[in-house]
Amino acid sequence: MKDMLTPYVTDDGRQIGETLMDMRNITLRFGGVEAIKDISFNIQEGEIRAIIGPNGAGKSSMLNVISGFYNPQEGEVWFRGKKRPPMKPFQVARLGIARTFQNIALFEGMSVLDNVMTGRLNHMNASMFSQALWKGRAEREETENREAVERVIDFLEIQAIRKTPVGRLPYGLKKRVELARALAAEPKLLLLDEPMAGMNVEEKEDMSRFILDVNDEFGTTIALIEHDMGVVMDLSDRVIVMDYGRKIGDGTPHEVRNNQEVIDAYLGVSHD
Amino acid sequence: MTTDVSRDAPQSVPALLARNVARFPDKPAFREKEFGIWQSWTWAETEKEIDAFALGLLTLGASEGDHIAIVGRNRPALYWAMVAAQKVGCIPVPLYQDAAAEEIAYALNHCGARYAVVGDQEQVDKIADVRADVEALEHVIYLDGRGLRKYDHSHMTSYAEIAAKGGDRAEMERRTNALTYDHTSVMLYTSGTTGRPKGVVLSNRNVIETAKNSSQFDHLLPEDEVLAYLPMAWVGDFIFSVGQAMWTGFCVNCPESEHTMLTDLREIGPTYFFAPPRVFENQLTSVMIRMEDAGRFKKWLFDHFMNVARRVGPAMLDGKPVSFGDKLSYAIGNTLVYGPLKNTLGLSRIRIGYTAGEAIGPEIFDFYRALGINLKQLYGQTEATVYITQQPDGEVRSDTVGVPSPGVELRIADNGEVFYRSPGVFVEYYKNPESTASTKDAEGWVATGDAGFIEESTGHLRIIDRAKDVGKMADGSLFAPKYVENKLKFYPNILEAVVFGADRDRCCAFINIDLTAVGNWAERNNIAYSSYQELSQHPRVLEMIDGHVAEVNASVAQDEMLAGCQIHRFLVLHKELDADDGEMTRTRKVRRAVVGEKFDDLVTALYSDVSEIYTETEVTYEDGRKGKIKATLNIRDAIVAPTMKVAAE
Repeated sequence: MKDMLTPYVTDDGRQIGETLMDMRNITLRFGGVEAIKDISFNIQEGEIRAIIGPNGAGKSSMLNVISGFYNPQEGEVWFRGKKRPPMKPFQVARLGIARTFQNIALFEGMSVLDNVMTGRLNHMNASMFSQALWKGRAEREETENREAVERVIDFLEIQAIRKTPVGRLPYGLKKRVELARALAAEPKLLLLDEPMAGMNVEEKEDMSRFILDVNDEFGTTIALIEHDMGVVMDLSDRVIVMDYGRKIGDGTPHEVRNNQEVIDAYLGVSHD
Repeated sequence: MTTDVSRDAPQSVPALLARNVARFPDKPAFREKEFGIWQSWTWAETEKEIDAFALGLLTLGASEGDHIAIVGRNRPALYWAMVAAQKVGCIPVPLYQDAAAEEIAYALNHCGARYAVVGDQEQVDKIADVRADVEALEHVIYLDGRGLRKYDHSHMTSYAEIAAKGGDRAEMERRTNALTYDHTSVMLYTSGTTGRPKGVVLSNRNVIETAKNSSQFDHLLPEDEVLAYLPMAWVGDFIFSVGQAMWTGFCVNCPESEHTMLTDLREIGPTYFFAPPRVFENQLTSVMIRMEDAGRFKKWLFDHFMNVARRVGPAMLDGKPVSFGDKLSYAIGNTLVYGPLKNTLGLSRIRIGYTAGEAIGPEIFDFYRALGINLKQLYGQTEATVYITQQPDGEVRSDTVGVPSPGVELRIADNGEVFYRSPGVFVEYYKNPESTASTKDAEGWVATGDAGFIEESTGHLRIIDRAKDVGKMADGSLFAPKYVENKLKFYPNILEAVVFGADRDRCCAFINIDLTAVGNWAERNNIAYSSYQELSQHPRVLEMIDGHVAEVNASVAQDEMLAGCQIHRFLVLHKELDADDGEMTRTRKVRRAVVGEKFDDLVTALYSDVSEIYTETEVTYEDGRKGKIKATLNIRDAIVAPTMKVAAE
């Protein structure tokens, strides 16, 4: 198995850098239920890291630990070489971690543009007074942020729906708008919770292309949860496989595919 | 075909560019919406951009006479690339961006293009797929580098990089100054519905004379605005967005993406607009659907004032006298309905609108004219550098394609085929002297392949059908099935029609109902049905179709040339004609011969006197299985209108 802790170059020539995020012996309990049992893994800069596993394996919980939504009872989260104390989600967001949700969480009544603008919140520093008067810093910031948002809109090819209220959009496009909002934050680490759930083949292909392009163009590190094995194997550099809260595999798509425990978990064997 | 060109008159598109820069350097020449904002370039800035890219091409090694392929959606940089190619003596060859890789490979090989300027990754991938088969191609230049970071860049460079290279300005100017009226301006591939696409070579004479004549015909102004959204490979776009834009100096606006066209149309509000009938149809349908959902008062207001508009609008547009009361009603309607509606459609500022390509339904045509939009028809083809005939202001009708464009001579052959000769007549088909010779004769007359006639009273040309489909009936009168079929198909309830009558004594027809429209009608009228077949034979449906056929007959009877094509008997088919069953082409054109053979029993019945026929038809399901459907079809006698000849006797 490849040494996972050093920078490496992928088959298609992308440079994978130092460890961005290191999860050390994470255990998460809800009352008596252990959702995550002593899991360790890392995410390196520039890679696409997938977390897969059957329903209830603890994938979303894991993503929620990374995004600061849950604080694990045991274990440490290291981000960019520093141990991260327990934090509120908005504090985590300020560190440069953005996410999308399994069930779309957008402002339905607001336009696509306004929704994506909310992703820029952490890039706005003007005082409330300045914003109310629309002078100086507030005005300048709005222009800068709008420009950044327009680049994302162009990148994800959603110009045609810029002014459309999100509530009127079909599901596949809402997913794309959510990705746009996360991207607008210019995150160091982008977390995608089932970005392709409920999509048809064509929408999945589009989404895959956008995820690859984001990674390629901006060098954004991406961690994603996905059910569709084909998609995961095509997209990701390294895959973590979870089952019943445990990590049962970790490696390149090829390694994971040949891992007996993974095969058992997916094809099903009897559990005692 | 001699044209007097004074020595100072611009003899090439780059010369027109230089003239425009001198005339109005600070007027916008191009706009493109990018990042949510309309970016614009003045004529002076445009020249700088074009020069930069032309110099880059020189440095890359472009020689005079090289072909440079251009593939992508309408963007200013691609238009600049075409003019830049001309500046260094090369020939731009715009190709359809949605063409399959093999089609692009064919064109690249055929013209031996050394360079290709493309829009984005999609086009780069397509060319990469066929690169091995395209030997002459040396370098690909792309506009949008997204997703291309990992590609091998040994034979690929971004547009910006080429434009930044710089080069031998003196050499560029020498090549630009050497261009004359006889140099090739552009090469465009015909769509190639029959056989391989052909490369139509158009000279500077073709392009500039046509641009000049057509601009004068419609009094185009430097202040006009157009939206460039039709394929760059189509001759019309080249003439509107390059030829006429360069000649008159108006501004070409490029949409943000293919999907934002309607929004961009509304934002720009072009004054000169071209669209195939399909675009107008779609807009009208969406308006009608929205009005169905509107409140009762608004619906009433819309219906009331649209009736006023239909009665008064076209007459006012043609400058005919209209009573004061009507003028007043129309003015109120304009404030309440037409104005806001035109604004929503992005058509408020239109001075001249054109539709062409296929027949447009009269009610669609009338709807736009009723709103006060000066929509006209033109008839043309690539080989003519677009214009053959067009409608002058004040002489617009939905059933003609207008009078010969300035400089165009028309001739109708004995078999009805339309021939033309004009300064726009193409030079040749590239590397295809046989086709050139069979299309264009020694005196410069070109066969259109369409049959038509010139109305004696007005001098307008009327196209009736493809020449090869036009036949004779038993009594020797003209038989033009498509002319009648189109009239039938303008009814929303009729999806397809096939008219028989060649070498027969009278015409009969198959009709396909449109399930969406007729189904909707049935629902509103409480008519129950369980299948397409049942609906198609429902007595009330047949009655409705009876009415449509009678109206079409009445309208055909008005026509002295084609009065013999009235439908005497018809039946409504029990299945939709389908490409899977070979009855239509994939582009939904009826295969007349196949249909005639396959439903041989039905044709025989039409020409007998039975009123019912039992038939079995083999059908292919979507998964490829075959099955049989059985049906008993009613055959109806249509109401035939007295023709003018008979009436006169």
